[in-house]
Amino acid sequence: MSDAIVDGWCARIRDCAAREAPVAIVGGGSKAFYGHRVDGETLDTREHAGIVDYEPTELVVTARAGTPLADLETALAAERQMLAFEPPHFAEGATLGGTVAAGLSGPRRPYSGAVRDLVLGIRVIDGHGRHLAFGGRVMKNVAGFDVSRLMTGAQGTLGVITEVSLKCLPRPAAETTRVFECPADDAIRRVNEWSGHPLPLSATCYVDGRLAVRLSGAAPAVEAAARKLGGDAMPDADTFWRSVRDHAHRFFERGSGEVLWRLSVKSTAPFTDFDGVQLVEWGGALRWVRGASPALDAARLRAFAASHGGHATLFRGGNGRDGIFHPLAPAVMTLHRSLKEAFDPVRVLNRGRMYAGF
Amino acid sequence: MLDPTVHRSLAAVLPAASLLTAPEDTKPYECDGLTLYRERPAAVVLPDTEAQVVDVLKLCHLARVPVVARGAGTSLSGGALPNAQGVVLSLAKFRRILSIDPLARTAVVQPGVRNLAISEAAAAFGLYYAPDPSSQIACSIGGNVAENAGGVHCLKYGLTVHNVRKLRAVLIDGEIVELGGDALDSAGYDLLALITGSEGLLAVITEITVKLLPKPQCARVALAAFDDLEKAGAAVGAVIAAGIIPAGLEMMDQPATRAVEDFVHADYPLDAAAVLLVESDGVNEEVAAEMDEIKRVLTESGATSIRVSKDEAQRLLFWSGRKAAFPAVGRISPDYYCIDGTIPRRALPRVLSAIEAWSVEYGLRCANVFHAGDGNLHPLILFDANVEGESAKAVAFGDRILGLCIEVGGTVTGEHGVGVEKLKTMCEQFGTEELAAFLRIKGAFDPQGLLNPGKAVPTLARCAEFGRMRVHAGELRHPDIPRF
Repeated sequence: MSDAIVDGWCARIRDCAAREAPVAIVGGGSKAFYGHRVDGETLDTREHAGIVDYEPTELVVTARAGTPLADLETALAAERQMLAFEPPHFAEGATLGGTVAAGLSGPRRPYSGAVRDLVLGIRVIDGHGRHLAFGGRVMKNVAGFDVSRLMTGAQGTLGVITEVSLKCLPRPAAETTRVFECPADDAIRRVNEWSGHPLPLSATCYVDGRLAVRLSGAAPAVEAAARKLGGDAMPDADTFWRSVRDHAHRFFERGSGEVLWRLSVKSTAPFTDFDGVQLVEWGGALRWVRGASPALDAARLRAFAASHGGHATLFRGGNGRDGIFHPLAPAVMTLHRSLKEAFDPVRVLNRGRMYAGF
Repeated sequence: MLDPTVHRSLAAVLPAASLLTAPEDTKPYECDGLTLYRERPAAVVLPDTEAQVVDVLKLCHLARVPVVARGAGTSLSGGALPNAQGVVLSLAKFRRILSIDPLARTAVVQPGVRNLAISEAAAAFGLYYAPDPSSQIACSIGGNVAENAGGVHCLKYGLTVHNVRKLRAVLIDGEIVELGGDALDSAGYDLLALITGSEGLLAVITEITVKLLPKPQCARVALAAFDDLEKAGAAVGAVIAAGIIPAGLEMMDQPATRAVEDFVHADYPLDAAAVLLVESDGVNEEVAAEMDEIKRVLTESGATSIRVSKDEAQRLLFWSGRKAAFPAVGRISPDYYCIDGTIPRRALPRVLSAIEAWSVEYGLRCANVFHAGDGNLHPLILFDANVEGESAKAVAFGDRILGLCIEVGGTVTGEHGVGVEKLKTMCEQFGTEELAAFLRIKGAFDPQGLLNPGKAVPTLARCAEFGRMRVHAGELRHPDIPRF
């Protein structure tokens, strides 16, 4: 049945390639706000769903792209395991395929890895309608180029993801969150210092003048670390971290005309005021900036991110015309075009989603 | 023999001592850690600067001369095997640690820096570089990136790809690119991951930013003996099922245990069919709690004895046997062939009993060391190259093990890379469409196929020669793809 679905998609993509008709890949639509708008015939991945293989003691799960993220997480939770990159859902209905294609990770990312770190294998349909398998279902595998990670975060521009194998990890036995009132630059300095010590950190978030630090691990270790760090206990911390992960936190409510920028920078980059409000995650390495569109100057944000080893993305509220993703260096852009050519020369798949032409 | 024009142009951009062409000078480069394969290069260049690397690549690109980048030459898959018509580009002079940022926990290093030297330099800040391939005292970080090297701690701390932030690399046409960044992700495609493990086929790396981790406050290792290999394998699954990700989880069979015990006297139980090493690291409280749980699980899994290291000296002693496994086996056999494949752990009993049966069939002894936590198997096939036919038998034995790795859902290389060694088995693991996709990626970076040609990805023609072609739907669908 499922094979028939994939075969059908392959045939459709071949047909679209022959007609040079673009295809817009969609899953749950939870990240429709992200990236440039794609025009084309819709290919809905949700009909290809379900867990293919899950062996908890192997720490590997394989599931079809249309599998709802929530279902996958429930299956892992039943075995006291989790997707350690703490994937953002953003809205109900988020799928595994969309999660991997978007390449976005949640609060646990600096400590347990990003989605790209946990992807072990992938199956994709390229722009010729060929169904290809890369990587595998084992933890260590260096056979062939790492196409699984190349596809992760490529937003469907190099292939339609049909199936993914991911490393999963045990859920921590205990978790607690400590809160500290402090100025922003102090918060950034502190989290960087703490990250240099063997502490069981699993998330940090600075918002509204307060720094929240999550500790995860064996109960005695979490308790000892909490005593060492001090601060106040946060009640109902799970709800807080979920709200940060999914952008349900008040901070992410945009007023009319407001945009949200995502600045991924070196963790020690100084706190800088951009005429907007900020939420700082990932031990200082991720800065969300919300503000009125004209006041938040794109050039200034991009220059800041670049000068601190990173990049800036107009995450929400763009006008759909200006660039969303950080411009690439010319030589790197050339490689991107060559890779697009290698996988999807007719430029059928999600054309223009990332950069002009792909 | 290098074309005289190319020789002159190389001599014009390099100091005299950095260009070697005399046979006695190029001979040391004829092989890497996989000595079964040897080839004398036309020339060896040892640039001092990135500008010289750019010049060399531009010249070779123009003259269409193959270039094989080389680090410390410790590859076990022939990744640095020279090309007879080509230039070996040694990064040996790129051995400076450029900076360490203790607050951001990163180090910027040149590719020729030894793996262990990074941790030694970072120790002053209470930090270290996590991946620790067994050759870490000798292997270079550039080679580690090219091969996506692993080590005994990768179940918990990841492979090289998980521990590199940024690369500076030179493309075959001399263009410099920076991939990744100082942030935790970068714009566009994940080219950092694509270059990592690309075995020198896509670019020459000139600078690497690695992530450093805080040194664990404490580490302890349990040494457990089992009277049955299968029980030991089940114990590994039980540890993980208990929600523990050990810092290291290694298994050795009896031939391996006996070889190392004779060599390092680590006090390993010689009567055990299998020995497990299970390490816990972290803060003191975490290690104490985890070690209690590990002991409980190992006991329930039928361990006949369990000893937990009492101090750092004993921990290192327990590890010394595992870390010395290769040289120890080298002592009991004139030659050995180290196989590297990964399997889903549940297939372990089947794979080990097949290896045992083949060992009898080929009349070659085999010692097994196993990164049990992540399913990475290293059978060491013992042979004597001076005995007519034994080398060929060892290779045939190894290929059969790798074939079985594929059959049970694993891979032909977990951490050593494909190099020249596994071209044949790559034809079995991947279909022609996937191999063609790899070749198109190669073409996207290096259209003329000059960087490390003939490695890592077999051409479809090569697979046909091997008689190992896996053809979809009974026909070769893309005869038009480029072949190098």
